[in-house]
Amino acid sequence: MSNTMNSATHPIVRMQKLNKHFGSLHVLNDIDLTIVPGEVVVIIGASGSGKSTLIRCINGLEEFQSGSLVVDSNELLPHGKSTKALQTIRTEVGMVFQQFNLFPHLSVIDNVTLAPMKVRGLSRDEAVSNAKRLLDRVGIADQADKYPSQLSGGQQQRVALARALAMEPRLMLFDEPTSALDPEMIGEVLDAMRELAKEGMTMVIVTHEMGFAREVADRVIFIHKGEITEEGHPEKLFDSPQHERTQSFLARVLKH
Amino acid sequence: MDVNFQFDWSAAFGSIPYLLPGIPWTLLISFGGLAIGFFIGIFFGLLRISRLRWLRWPAIVYVEVFRGTPILVQVLFIFYGLPQLLGSPINALVAGIAAIAVNSGAYISEIVRGGVQSIERGQGEASLSLGLSRTQAFRYVIWPQAFRRMIPPLGNQGIISIKDTSLFSVIGVGELVRQGQIYIATTFTALEVYFMVALMYLAITWTLSIILRQLERRGLAGQ
Ligand SMILES: Nc1ncnc2c1ncn2[C@@H]1O[C@H](COP(=O)(O)OP(=O)(O)OP(=O)(O)O)[C@@H](O)[C@H]1O
Ligand SMILES: [Mg+2]
Repeated sequence: MSNTMNSATHPIVRMQKLNKHFGSLHVLNDIDLTIVPGEVVVIIGASGSGKSTLIRCINGLEEFQSGSLVVDSNELLPHGKSTKALQTIRTEVGMVFQQFNLFPHLSVIDNVTLAPMKVRGLSRDEAVSNAKRLLDRVGIADQADKYPSQLSGGQQQRVALARALAMEPRLMLFDEPTSALDPEMIGEVLDAMRELAKEGMTMVIVTHEMGFAREVADRVIFIHKGEITEEGHPEKLFDSPQHERTQSFLARVLKH
Repeated sequence: MDVNFQFDWSAAFGSIPYLLPGIPWTLLISFGGLAIGFFIGIFFGLLRISRLRWLRWPAIVYVEVFRGTPILVQVLFIFYGLPQLLGSPINALVAGIAAIAVNSGAYISEIVRGGVQSIERGQGEASLSLGLSRTQAFRYVIWPQAFRRMIPPLGNQGIISIKDTSLFSVIGVGELVRQGQIYIATTFTALEVYFMVALMYLAITWTLSIILRQLERRGLAGQ
C-alpha cells in the first residue's frame, strides 16, 4: 500500500491551469482542481461545457495542451508525453462510462477478471474470488456466467462498476453513469455508488442527478464553457448559487 | 440452330473421373493461397491502421496495387515475368498459390482494417482505463471482437479466391478448368464437361458457405 502518512495531506488530483483544445475549440480553460483522498466531487454543467473532457484528462484518455496535472504522485505531461506515468495512473484510477463499455465477447466474470489477471498478475483463482466478492457487493453475484447482452442496463452498469473496482483503484471517475439507463434502473446504480462513497472511495462524478449530488457530494463544481464558474458544498451551491450562470443552469435542470 | 442437340448425360458423367484429379489442385491453390493471404492481410491491415504515417503508406500502396490490377495479370507476371528477374523458372503451382496469396492478401487487409475499425471506441477506452496496455487491449478486447465480425467477409473472399483459381488454367496448372479443357480437347463435349466443372465449383463453395454459417452462428452465440 502507498504511504498512508502522505495520503491524508497530499491531494490525489492536482490540476493547475490546465488547457485543452480540440482544434480551434478551447474546451478547458485554465482549470484548477484539487481533490483530496476520500473526497466525493460532483461535476455539473450544460451539455458541451467540457465535463467529460475534464474527467477524461485525469486518466489520460484525453491529452491536454498546457498546464500541469499530477494524479496520485504521477505527473501527466501535456501532449500525452508521459506514457510510463499514464500506465501507472490508469491502473490506480478506475472509470465508469455512460455506455458501460463492457466487453461483449466475455462473460461477466471474465469482464471483471481480465485486468486484474493481465495487469496485476493475479492468478485466475484469486481474480475469480475477488470478482465474485465484488459482484456480490453490487448485487449481481448470480449473473457471473452470463454475457453482457443478457443483462439489463442497470445490471450492466453494476458489472462495469465491479470491473473497475477489481483493480482496487484509489480514485474512481464516473461519466454520467446513469444517463443511458431506463428510469427504473437508475436507483440501483446510484445505490451502489452511494455505498462506495460511504466506504470512503475518492470519486469524481459527472451527473445530472441533482438529488444524488446533493446527498453524496462533498463538493459540487459547476462548469460552463470550459471554465469552473462556481464550486462549493452542495447545500451552498444548490440553495444559494452566487453566480448568475449557475442560477440559470440550476433553474433549468431542477424544474424537471 | 441445331434444335436436335441433346445434353449427353453419359458424356457428363463420363468426364467425372478426369475432372476429379483437378479438385485437389483447386483446393491446394485456393486454400494454400488463402492461408498465406490471411497472414499477409493481417500484417498489412494492421499496418494500415497504425498510428504512424510511415507504416501506413506501404500498406496503402500494397492494397492499391494488388486490388487495382487483375489477378490474371498478376499470375502471368509471377509465372512468366518473375523468372526473368530471378533467372530460374517458377513452378506453376507455386505461382498459383502466390497469386492467390498476394491478391487475397490485399482484400483481406481491407477486411482486417474494417473489422478493427468497426469496434466502438469505448472498448479501447475501457481497456486502457483498466490499465491494460495498448497491445493487451488489442489482443484481449479489440481483436477477438473484430475477428468475429471479419468471418462473413473472409468467407466471401474465400469463395472469390476459389473461383479465381479457374483462371490459372492459363499457366497450365492442373486445376479443375484445366482438367476439363484437356478432356474436351479429345471428346468435344464442352457443354457437358463445363457443366460438370461448374457443379464441382458449386460443391466446393457451397460446402464452404455451410461451414462458415456454422462458424458465424457459434460466434454469435457467445454474445
Ligand atoms: N473528440 C472530439 N473532437 C472534437 N471536439 C470534441 C471532441 N470531444 C468533445 N468535443 C467538444 O468539446 C466540447 C466539450 O465536450 P464534452 O464532451 O467534454 O462536454 P460535456 O460537458 O461532457 O457534454 P455532455 O453533457 O453532452 O456529455 C464540446 O463542444 C464537444 O463538441
Ligand atoms: Mg459528457
